[in-house]
Amino acid sequence: MAALNKRDFLKGGSALALGALASPALVGRAAAAEPIKLGSVLDVSGIFDGYGKPMDMALRLAVEEINAGGGLLDRPVEVTAYDTQSDIALYTQYAQQLARRDRVDVVHGGILSASREAIRPILRRAEIPYFYNVLYEGGVCDRNVVVTGVTPAQQVAVLVPAAIERWGKRIYILAADYNYGQITARWMRKFAEEAGGEVVETDFFPLDVSDFGSTIAKIQTATPDIVLSALVGGAHLSFYRQWAASGMKDRIPMASTTLGVGNEHRILGPEADGILVAYNYAPEIDSPANRAFLEAWGAAYGDTGLVNELAVSNYQGVTLWAEAVRRAGTVERMPLIEAIESGMAIEGPGGTVVIDPKTHHAILDVHLMEFRDGGAVILETFEQRPPIDTQAVCDLEANPDDDTQYEIEI
Amino acid sequence: MDLAGVIAIEVVYSVASLILISAGLAVIFGMMRVINLAHGEFMMIGGYATIVSANAGVNVWVAMLVVAPLTVGLVGLVVERLVIRVLYGRLVDTMLATWGLSLVLVGLATMIFGNTTAGISPPISGFALGGYQVNGYNLFVVVVTVVLLASMWAVLRLTRLGLLARGTMQRADMAAALGYDPDRVYMATFFAGSALTGLAGGVLAPLVGLVPTTGAGYVAEAFITVITGGASLIVGIVSSATILGVVSQAFTFATRPVVGEVALLVTALVLLRLLPQGITGRFFRRAT
Repeated sequence: MAALNKRDFLKGGSALALGALASPALVGRAAAAEPIKLGSVLDVSGIFDGYGKPMDMALRLAVEEINAGGGLLDRPVEVTAYDTQSDIALYTQYAQQLARRDRVDVVHGGILSASREAIRPILRRAEIPYFYNVLYEGGVCDRNVVVTGVTPAQQVAVLVPAAIERWGKRIYILAADYNYGQITARWMRKFAEEAGGEVVETDFFPLDVSDFGSTIAKIQTATPDIVLSALVGGAHLSFYRQWAASGMKDRIPMASTTLGVGNEHRILGPEADGILVAYNYAPEIDSPANRAFLEAWGAAYGDTGLVNELAVSNYQGVTLWAEAVRRAGTVERMPLIEAIESGMAIEGPGGTVVIDPKTHHAILDVHLMEFRDGGAVILETFEQRPPIDTQAVCDLEANPDDDTQYEIEI
Repeated sequence: MDLAGVIAIEVVYSVASLILISAGLAVIFGMMRVINLAHGEFMMIGGYATIVSANAGVNVWVAMLVVAPLTVGLVGLVVERLVIRVLYGRLVDTMLATWGLSLVLVGLATMIFGNTTAGISPPISGFALGGYQVNGYNLFVVVVTVVLLASMWAVLRLTRLGLLARGTMQRADMAAALGYDPDRVYMATFFAGSALTGLAGGVLAPLVGLVPTTGAGYVAEAFITVITGGASLIVGIVSSATILGVVSQAFTFATRPVVGEVALLVTALVLLRLLPQGITGRFFRRAT
């Protein structure tokens, strides 16, 4: 234990620096220190701005709070943000710019899985740590990446057994027809069967389908106890309207893995009443961390109506990175990754978030909720759910050089 | 037996919504030979007009049946005066201009309303048909469509205005020689077509989650219906909507919604291969 490694040395060094800075005469210089550069790529305009805007606001809020608290390692954090305009080609371009021209210390961002896969190899090659802070289909195994969003197994493992326990065993699944929907539907079937349920039918819908009349009739013919929905986007929102309009809402209960992520339940109002969901975050969570978060958001932006799962996920991502920098005592890549792998935890608005060292995915609280009057009522909190889907395929401790996104066999 | 009733309602609704979506286009494209690629965006504006005015306290029926058509009619009027007027008879140019227009309208709607989903609840509740629950609003859409078709027929066939419009579309020079100003007739017809499109957008608004890009989903269906229908305005869209609606719903019920969509497109392809002038190019040639 006599050998002094680089990390200990840096820790000691930063402790010395902290000590030196404690003398008031030097505080003025801290602000003038060279800033830490945080890069962000998000769709702040274009068709995905509904997701990107709140995420961008959350990122800036987190950085403001860090700077108000004196910065990181006595250096201010500076945001370099690019608007990718909902265009995948721009992700590649801006990621290159962040890596080569701006030489940032970390990148947060990406929304759709395609955008993440566009920039992940660039940032890995440039050796810039990358935080992807969005709920997604799971399976990314890359030591350069940290994922702070929920994966299907975390959600579905809570949601489906709860729905079966409440309402019965026969299940009808509706899902969007692309990789997220297909994968989520498979997880729904697996957890339904494990909980003693039976999937009577699964229907997939292209994202532009907005007429669900025949589907609603088919569901009634199948007489399920529960409808499970992984429908995505504006056109699919029509399903909930038509479902309520035909009077089915009070006949067959529903649970969803997607409704509410973009605050859709506020638009639907009473038509979403009684739908069961499971997420890491809802503004209704009653915790000191969430109250402080909402208050800060309100002070910065006025209205808290835009706060949603993705915004909080991004906020927690930045907070986690900041905590890792503090722990590592540097923004250097390897010490930072080692700090992340040391089982680090933060207290976010959605509860405690721990990074699983084997997968670099988040272990987090999942809240079982029911929509009521345009808001959510929290029924039960499942603490510290591990990302078991990604854990089944990914072990970065055994294979630190892995950089694939696995398709998880279920 | 109940199921048969439910399926019948769904099929009729599907046919009616196709007619509703394409009625405005049938006037603008079928009568005036203007390819309006902003047709879907006109519907989107009708939807927003309905939702915004209903949320502002206007009676929801008034919002759908009056505010939406008037708003879109006025938008159409402005567009006709500024853009379309100088492009009559230039098919490709109108296509390019209205495509650009559709992009502008999507952009404007995004700036004003944001890229989030908007909507209102259908004002009619569902009802039971035997053991099944049926969406009551679907029946309302059917009624609106029937009334719309009847009044379109009456205006075109029984009034002097309709005669004038049809005459001008066929021989603008003759209409001018008889002392009517074709420019004003075109303007009025474009207004009517836009208003019909707005009505469709307004009536369908409570059934969908409206986003600024919603229009893209309608424009293809509308063109397919109008082109498959052929030259006659009313009989054309009714016959093509009936064939396409029945086929797509039959496949949707038998299999999945994706197959239903594919079946609709395949049917349209086959029909146009066999009847390049549309259904009314061969049958019902003398109908309106």
